[in-house]
Order: sequence, then structure tokens, then C-alpha cells
Amino acid sequence: MNFARGLNNYVGRHLQVALSSLGRLYRTPLASLMTTAVIGIALALPAGLYALTGNLQQLSNRWDGSTSLSLFLKKSLPEGRIEALRQTLEQWPEIARLQFISADQALEEFRHLSGFGEALDALDENPLPAVIAVQPAPAYRDAESASALLERLRRLPEVELAQLDLQWVQRFNAIVDIVRRSIAVVASLLGLAVLLIIGNTIRLEIQNRREEIEITRLVGATDAFIRRPFLYTGLWYGIGGALLATVLVEIALLQLQAPARELAGLYQSDFRLQMAGPGEILTLMATGAILGLLGAWLAVGRHLSAIEPA
Amino acid sequence: MIRFDHISKRYPGGRDALQSVSFHMHRGSMAFLTGRSGAGKSTLLKLIALLERPTRGQLFLDGENLSRMPRRQVPRIRRKIGMIFQNYRLLCDRTVFDNVALPLVIAGHRHQEIGRRVRAALDKVGLLGKERAFPVMLSGGEQQRVGIARAVVNRPPLLLADEPTGNLDPELSRDIMHLFEQFNQVGVTVLIASHDLDLIARLPYDQIRLEQGRLVQERGAS
Repeated sequence: MNFARGLNNYVGRHLQVALSSLGRLYRTPLASLMTTAVIGIALALPAGLYALTGNLQQLSNRWDGSTSLSLFLKKSLPEGRIEALRQTLEQWPEIARLQFISADQALEEFRHLSGFGEALDALDENPLPAVIAVQPAPAYRDAESASALLERLRRLPEVELAQLDLQWVQRFNAIVDIVRRSIAVVASLLGLAVLLIIGNTIRLEIQNRREEIEITRLVGATDAFIRRPFLYTGLWYGIGGALLATVLVEIALLQLQAPARELAGLYQSDFRLQMAGPGEILTLMATGAILGLLGAWLAVGRHLSAIEPA
Repeated sequence: MIRFDHISKRYPGGRDALQSVSFHMHRGSMAFLTGRSGAGKSTLLKLIALLERPTRGQLFLDGENLSRMPRRQVPRIRRKIGMIFQNYRLLCDRTVFDNVALPLVIAGHRHQEIGRRVRAALDKVGLLGKERAFPVMLSGGEQQRVGIARAVVNRPPLLLADEPTGNLDPELSRDIMHLFEQFNQVGVTVLIASHDLDLIARLPYDQIRLEQGRLVQERGAS
């Protein structure tokens, strides 16, 4: 009972300090907003880039999923052997789905899409081979298993050429990875900048309230008591900055939504730019809060102990 | 309550503010600390409040040796002392109520308790109607009474006042001194540094007189 009341009292005091710190920021709206804006922009930059590369990675994941192997069959195979091959392949556990494109179908598609119709008519026979598009089972879609599967398919006597359309996906992934790492470097630098901005703001705040700090020390305030409002101020700056960053990133993504859909449309894809989800927003908020608290802590640790009443 | 045992204080730069000062103040007593400006009055009060540390000697407050008090313990000691200053040292951006409430807020009292005690302290110094005012709206005498209310609000056993009437006219000074007498009558130990000798001469309390850092006279005090 006593403990509960003590805890209640403790929480109440923290809440009061938190709110009065917020009120203090509210009373100097312009200065508070400027600091928050700087922090927000510094946080929005890496957060926005992360969201974009996240989208790119998602894009490449889709391609990973549709990894397919193309088996170009030898020409002049009798129908029966092709049918037998299809049935054999359908039994393989590595293979999820087969799509057979006969030489005639391939020709028709090519005629339709390329516009070389008349040139094709001039040919005596169909130059295109029949193709079987093989979709590996989900467990065999990684690069290694897919390569092994490719090797097995290549050894089939009916197959002229087997191709795996994976290499460029890997290259794309590698590029995205490099971009992500560069963003991590940029993010660390900007995080450091946020730390310094908040630290400096709190340092000025400490200097402005020097008299108050001295007087509270005189009447017996502990270091923790004096520290608390400044830590909360830092926390509010961090959270405010993160909030602003979230808004900026969402606006930017919204702006990109239409052009991205258009671009995806050109590739017959229904890809949609993902907005930052609750998880990402929460991460951003937590990052802001931690940076704010840490920046304030550094400033307080350096400057508060120097103020002693005289 | 307070015991000085051969206390010396030398400031950086070599100035000796106090030299081998020894005296003893009983619990519940009241005394004046007199002497010219620069005689060491303020230094003596600062040593008690742990605003300065002695260079040599032993200093006891309420049975505790302050000479070896770690920094962590300083707030606890200061909460036993109500301090009053010549320039009042009020927070100008807070109301009278908030100024007086400060020691209670620091000590972590509950909201209702704070309101009750602040009003009691303000009533005691005759400023009950001014709790919402800001210090700049008050006269010097009223500001000093706010300072006194803040000093006594958490009922410390010791009051230290550094030239509390330095900026006030004789009549207001008498009122302030009368307040100190009232606190002393309910058992608070009171030590007042002052060079207002006319005022002190008319009051029947002990005197601790300093001259160039040395104790020269101790009227009545043992």
C-alpha cells in the first residue's frame, strides 16, 4: 500500500515535470519549432532513404519469387517426347509449376509483340524453339538451389539450353545493399548531428536557467531533480523531431506514389510504393526519443555540475 | 546544533576568510553574527550550508561532521537548513506560491500537502493574499517575507539569514526580526548575519562577532 502510494507519487512527479517541460517549450514556440524542424529534417533524410530502399528490396523480392528457369528444347522433338518430359518434370519435388510454350505459340507471341510479322512470314520454318518455363518450388528459390536445379535440367537430353534469370536480381540486390550501407553511414552522421543539436540546445537552456538551478540547489535539490526537466526537454525535442520526420517522409512517399505506379505499369507490374508502416514509424519515434534523451544527458552531465550556488 | 572547531577557510588566491574559528550554538537558540563587510560572516554561513568547504578544522551540524560530507549527502543537509538572503533570491518567472513550494516539491511531497503547507507559511509571514502574484509585483519587504516563507515551509530545524534586512528600512527590518523571533520561540535555531548594530543592540540575543576572519567576541553564547 505504502509502496504503491510511493510509486504513484513518483510517477506523478515525473508526469508533472514532463508536462511542465513541454509547457516551457510551448511558451517559446518559434525557437522550439526551429530546433524541432532541424531535428526533423535531419531524421527525415535517412528515414526517407530507408523507406525507398526498403521498397526497392521488396521489388527485388518479388522477382526472387518469380525466379524462373527457361528450358529451350531441341528442335524437331516429337510431340510425345515433349509430353513425356513435361510429365517427368512435374514429378520433381524442386519444381512448383511448369509452363509450356510451343514453338508455334512462341512465334505467334513474337509476331504480336515485335512487329516483325512480315519478316517472319518470309521464313520457311519457325526459327523459335519450344520453351518450358520452370518455376522452382519455394524451398528451391535461393541462388544455390536454383543453380543446382539448373545443372540437372541442363543434362536432360531434350534440352538444348537452360537459363536461369537470377543473376541480374543478385546484382540488383547487391546494389541495393551498397545503397543501404551508405545510408547507414549517412544516418549515423545525421544521428550524431541530432545529438549535437539537442546537446547544444540543452546547454543554452541550462545557461538561461542558471539562477534557477542555483536556487534549487540552495534549497536542497538533488542532482537527479535538477537534471530531470532538461532530460524531458531533450526527450520532447527528439520525439517532436521524429514526428515531423514521419510527416515529411509520408508526404514525400505520397508524392512519389503516382509516378511509381506509372512506372510499374510500364513493366506490367502492379507494384505499389509502400508507405511507412506502424513498425517503421515506431522505430523512428524510438530513435528520436533515444537521441533526444542521450543529447540532453551529455549536455547535462557536462554543464550542470559546473553550476554551484555561491 | 552548530559547532565550529578551529575552522579556517582560505580561498584560492590566498585570502584567509576565517582563521581558527570555534563556537557552539545550542539547539533552539538564536544568535547574531556581526562584523564589518569582509569580516567572514558570509563565509561562515556558507560553510554551514555546505556552499563552501573549510580548509581546516571540524564542523558539526546536528551531530553530523560536515567536514567529511560526501557530495551526494549535500542535498539532505541543505534540507535541514532554511536560508534567507539579502537579495531574496526568488525565481522571478514563478508565482509567490511556486517559489514557496519549491523546497516541498524538491522533497517530493504530495500535491495537497504542498498547498496546505505553502498557505500556512504564507499566512505566517502575512502574505496569504499574494500567492498568485509574481515577485516583481511585490515590495522589498514583501519579497523578503516570501523568502522567509520559502525558508520555513519545510520546517527545518535551522534558519540561516545573510543580511536579511540589508535592503529594508528600519521599520520593515523590525518586522522581519520579529518574524525570526517567532520562529525561534517554536524551537527553530536561528543564526542571522547582520551589520545593523542599532537593531541588534535592542534585542536580547547572543552575538558572534568576527573581525578579519577571527572570532573576537561571543556575548552570552557558550
